[in-house]
Order: sequence, then structure tokens, then C-alpha cells
Amino acid sequence: MDKNRRNFLKVAGISTLAGLGGTAVVDRLVGGTSIAQAAAETGHTVEQATGSQGHGAQPNPSENRYGMIIDIRKFQQDPSLGEKAVTACHSVHNVPQFPDKKDEIKWIWMTNFENAFPTNANAYRDEATAKHQLPILCNHCDKPPCVRACPTKATFRNKDGIVMMDYHRCIGCRFCMAACPYGSRSFNWRDPEAFVKNTNHVYPRRMRGVVEKCNFCDERVGTGKQPACVEACAESKAIVFGNLNDPNSEIRKMLKENHTIQRNPALGTIPSVFYIV
Amino acid sequence: MFEKALKGNNYYWMWLAFLGFFIAIAAVCYLRQYFYGLGITGMSRDVSWGLYISQFTFLVGVAAGGVMLVLPYYIHNYKAFGRITILGEFLAISSLLMCLMFIMADLGQPLRGLNVLLYPTPGSMLFWDMCVLWGYLILNALCGWVILTAERKGVHPPKWIYFFVYLSIPFAFSIHTVTAMLYCGLPGRHFWLSAIIAPRFLASAFAAGPALIVVLAMILKRVANFDAGKEAIDKMVTIIIYAALANMFFVGLEFFVGFYSNIPGHMHTLQYLFFGLEHHGHVYNNLVPFMWGFIALFLVGISLLVHPYTRKQSDLWLGIGCASIFFAFWLDKGIGFVLGGFVPTPTEEIVEYYPTINELFITIGIWATGFFILTILYKIAIGVEHEIEA
Repeated sequence: MDKNRRNFLKVAGISTLAGLGGTAVVDRLVGGTSIAQAAAETGHTVEQATGSQGHGAQPNPSENRYGMIIDIRKFQQDPSLGEKAVTACHSVHNVPQFPDKKDEIKWIWMTNFENAFPTNANAYRDEATAKHQLPILCNHCDKPPCVRACPTKATFRNKDGIVMMDYHRCIGCRFCMAACPYGSRSFNWRDPEAFVKNTNHVYPRRMRGVVEKCNFCDERVGTGKQPACVEACAESKAIVFGNLNDPNSEIRKMLKENHTIQRNPALGTIPSVFYIV
Repeated sequence: MFEKALKGNNYYWMWLAFLGFFIAIAAVCYLRQYFYGLGITGMSRDVSWGLYISQFTFLVGVAAGGVMLVLPYYIHNYKAFGRITILGEFLAISSLLMCLMFIMADLGQPLRGLNVLLYPTPGSMLFWDMCVLWGYLILNALCGWVILTAERKGVHPPKWIYFFVYLSIPFAFSIHTVTAMLYCGLPGRHFWLSAIIAPRFLASAFAAGPALIVVLAMILKRVANFDAGKEAIDKMVTIIIYAALANMFFVGLEFFVGFYSNIPGHMHTLQYLFFGLEHHGHVYNNLVPFMWGFIALFLVGISLLVHPYTRKQSDLWLGIGCASIFFAFWLDKGIGFVLGGFVPTPTEEIVEYYPTINELFITIGIWATGFFILTILYKIAIGVEHEIEA
């Protein structure tokens, strides 16, 4: 009797420990990536990220979650806006221009609707959508697959919800590029120095062998400025940037007033970039 | 024991010199890549992994295949594998060294490789892949060496080594499972996002690995007077047949899911690999010959292996059958699987990948390095066997 009891306690104790250990491991594996955990699996992001009914931990209300609205209609009305936004971004961030497409690096670029939203196939697309292009860039996902894949935490989500790159830690394995379901990441296949026309000394150039991508102009936003692409579109308000966690922000107001879509939301990445069609 | 590798006939030295030639070329090519950057390869932002990672993926399978000898011998006490288990273990060592070289060749900043250890990230499958690959490498080196030393002294291996031998079995399965998880956990890459990737990897590994060992055993019989034994070879061929059929069954299931569900994303890569993918009036099909080569070689190999005449009558037919299976699965996993997964891109564009000459020579050189190491390891193992017999 005694011996049985002893054995039972042993087994129970060990399995409890194993259970606790197991959940800890699982938590590490699945957690780790995002701050706004409560934004939940459903993809009904905004309300849950800030609102009341999300299950699990509530996001810290003081944490920012920066997001962007891109009004595709404005880019149709004024096709020159696209180039302005792209040029502004690429010159501020010293993005090199290579002659060979194979070496290409881009942070934000103009593309067709069908390329930006391949899951929204439509054989009878309206003319304006079919003909015009729209800008795409890193979605700064709430649950970024790239951050989960990175083996060195060289890419990470900061307290403002921006997915950042540490160019000095990146080993260049390009796992994040395979993981990104939006094709937002580029790699420095060769030394970019000779291909940056006018170096902006406020932002660092990259070395070869590391990955880079849009950083939501973290360096500008931190000093109270708007992102370069937003500024380039200026009064047209084709791109609006703001804090999604602030219910009184302009971006939240616009989200309330307009029907917006996101790129491939079915993947559960919870993008922070919205499009008005 | 190492002195055994320093004595050999002319053919031994000529073979090593032949491999050394390709190693030397690869060293120069790698220096070029090191100073220029990975732009010297055919990779781009759309096809961001190329030959290096695809060879790595295939070779993890070859390394894992060695367990098909270790498991029957140590768990089921299948004595016929006694003589050749060491061949499996040493093949695993050289395959894993090739894997690590391919990873290093693929890194944009190879000098920062240690960052994976300095900033361990359990959420990343690459971190776990590093753990299991190094673990399996150390286990195989330890077990192979200790057991071979004991054999040479004519004593039983120490008891403690069996703990590591048994540990190496789950490790063998884990290396290929975790390697599959590098791919099958990525959202938005439909071809890879399939729960059958890990079992499929294991099945093709358990065919390709033993198939290579059979071919090597045939060669060793001729050049090194080392007979693996008929029973062992027969049993291995049985394993190869079942594993190869399992792999093809899994490939068939991928086709069913893709084409019966008729979901474009699930069909695109299969279309691209096997039939060519039409996009804006242009058909992209540069991998199609490789994939039909895979199917053809599989059919040749499996026919030669299942037919009693070709299996039993001559070593030559058996060797060709096993080599066909090996090359078939190399085309499948070492070419099609990784490169195909990038087509189409997340923005539904198609970019085809063509490796450069520099990249090809580095790839060949790493294979040559692996076979150089394998030759030396086998020379030692067989030297010890002959010493015991003498």
C-alpha cells in the first residue's frame, strides 16, 4: 500500500513537472512574437486590439500600434503620387538602385491590384482598379511570421508595433524572406554603397549580406515627423499614418468611416496597413 | 586509428586528388563570393534560397537515412547489419558536415554565424535545426568512434555508449523533421505549407540514404575487398523499396489535394514543377525536365529493385537501381522542392532561378569535400575490419 502510494506520488509529481515544462515550451514557441497578443486569432483586429472582448491578456493601452491607411482612389486620381512616395522613401533611407533586377532592393513600390491582393481574384474587375497601381510595403503585422522565423532576433517588433531590423545582428540567412507572405523583404546581394546616389547621412547605409525592409520611418516618427511616403503625398491624404491604439486618432476615425481591406488577412498575421478601394 | 587513412594504393590517392581538385576550385569560388557577396549567385529577392539550401535539405535526409541501419541493428538486434552499421554512421557524419558547409556558404554574413548561439531564439525553427544537426553529428562521431575502437581491440563496447546509440535514433528522425519544419511552418507558401512534408522528407530520406549506402557497399566490394554480406544488402533493398513507394504515395497525395480541391495556390507550384506555369502569355518551365527526370529515374530504379532477376542476379543492376533511386530523390528534394516553393512569389509574379557557374562550383566543391571526408572515414573503418579479420 505504502509503496503504491509512493509510486503514485512519484509519477504524479513527474508528470505535473513535465506538463508545466511542456506548456512553458509551447508558450515560448508560439508567444514571443508580438506585443498586442490580445488581438486574437480572428483577424477582426482593431476592435479586439484595443477593445474589451478579446480573450487573453489585454494590450497595454499606453503601447502604440502604428498603422497606415492607403487610399487607392487617390493614387488613381493622381498617378504621379506613387512615384513621389517611392522616391521619398528610397532617398531618405539610402535604398540603392541597382541596374540588374536580380539585385533589387525595395521598401515601398507600386504594383497592380492583382499582385497586391492575389487572393481577391476577380474576372470582372472594374477598369480603374485594373488599370492603376497602388503602393505596397511591409505590413508591420501584429503577428509577424518573419519575426518568428528569425534565428537571432535581428528582426523584432518594437513597443510601437513596428517590425524593425537590426542590421548589425542579421546573419543573412534569409529565413525571414521565405517567411514573409507579402514579399516585403529585400536582401543586400552585394555592397550597396556605389548604388546610393545621394547619401542621407541621418540614416545609416547597409552593408552587404543583410536583409532590409520598410521600417515605418521609425527614425522620423520618433522625432514627431510623419513617415516619408506620407509626407510626399502631403495634402492629398493618399496615405495616412497614425496610432491604431488611440481611439481618437485620425487613422481610427478614417477606419470607422471607410470600408478598408488588408492584404491576405486569412493568414492571421494581422497587418497594420489598410487599403481603401 | 587515423594512420589507416594514410596508407593506400594508387587508386585511393588518385581519387582523393580528384576530389581535392574540385575542393580547390570551390575554395577559390568561395573567396570570390565572400568578397563580392551572394549577388554572385543566381538568387534574388524573389527566389531567396537556391542550390545551397536545397542541397542542405537533401543531405539532411542522407544523414538521417543512416538510422535505417542503426535502428534494426541496435533495437531489433538484426545481426546482419553488424558490419555495415558503421558505414551508415560515417555517412551521416560526412553528410552533416556538408550540410553545415552549405549553410555557411549560404549566409550573407558568415562571420556572424555564432549569433544563433549568442541570441538563442527558441521560436525559430532554424535555432532548433542547429541544435539537432550538431547533436546528431556529435552523437554519430562519438558512437562510431567508440564502437570502432572497441572492435579493434576485440572487446565489447562500453555499456555507456549504448545510451548515446539509442539517443541517436530519435535524433535522426528529429533532424529531418525539424528541417521540414523550416518550410512547412511558413504562411503564404502553399507548396511548403503541408503537414505531409515531414513524413515525405523522412520517406525519401530512408530511401535515398540506404540507396547510397548500397551503392557505396558495391564499390567497396570491388575496390576495398569489403563484403557487406548478401543478407544485409537484401534487407536494405527491402527498406529502400518501401520507403521509396511511401515517398511517391505522399507526392501523389499532394497532387490530389491540389488538383481535386482546385485551389489555385495549391496547384501553382505543382504545375510549375511538372507542366510549366503559364503567366501573362509566357510559360515558365525551367524545372520541368528535372521533375520528369525524377519520375523516370524512380520508375527505372523501382523496377530494377522489385524484379527478382535484376535484384538478385547481378550487383550491377542492383547498383544501377539504387543509384537511380538516389538521383531521383535528389532531383525531387535537392532541386524541385526548395526552388519550386518560391514560384509564384507572394505577389503572384514568376521569377525563375538559374544558378551561376561560381555557385555551381561551390556546390560541387562542398559535395567533393563531403566525399573526401567520407573516403577517409571509410578507409579507417575498413582498415580496422581487415585488421580484425587478419
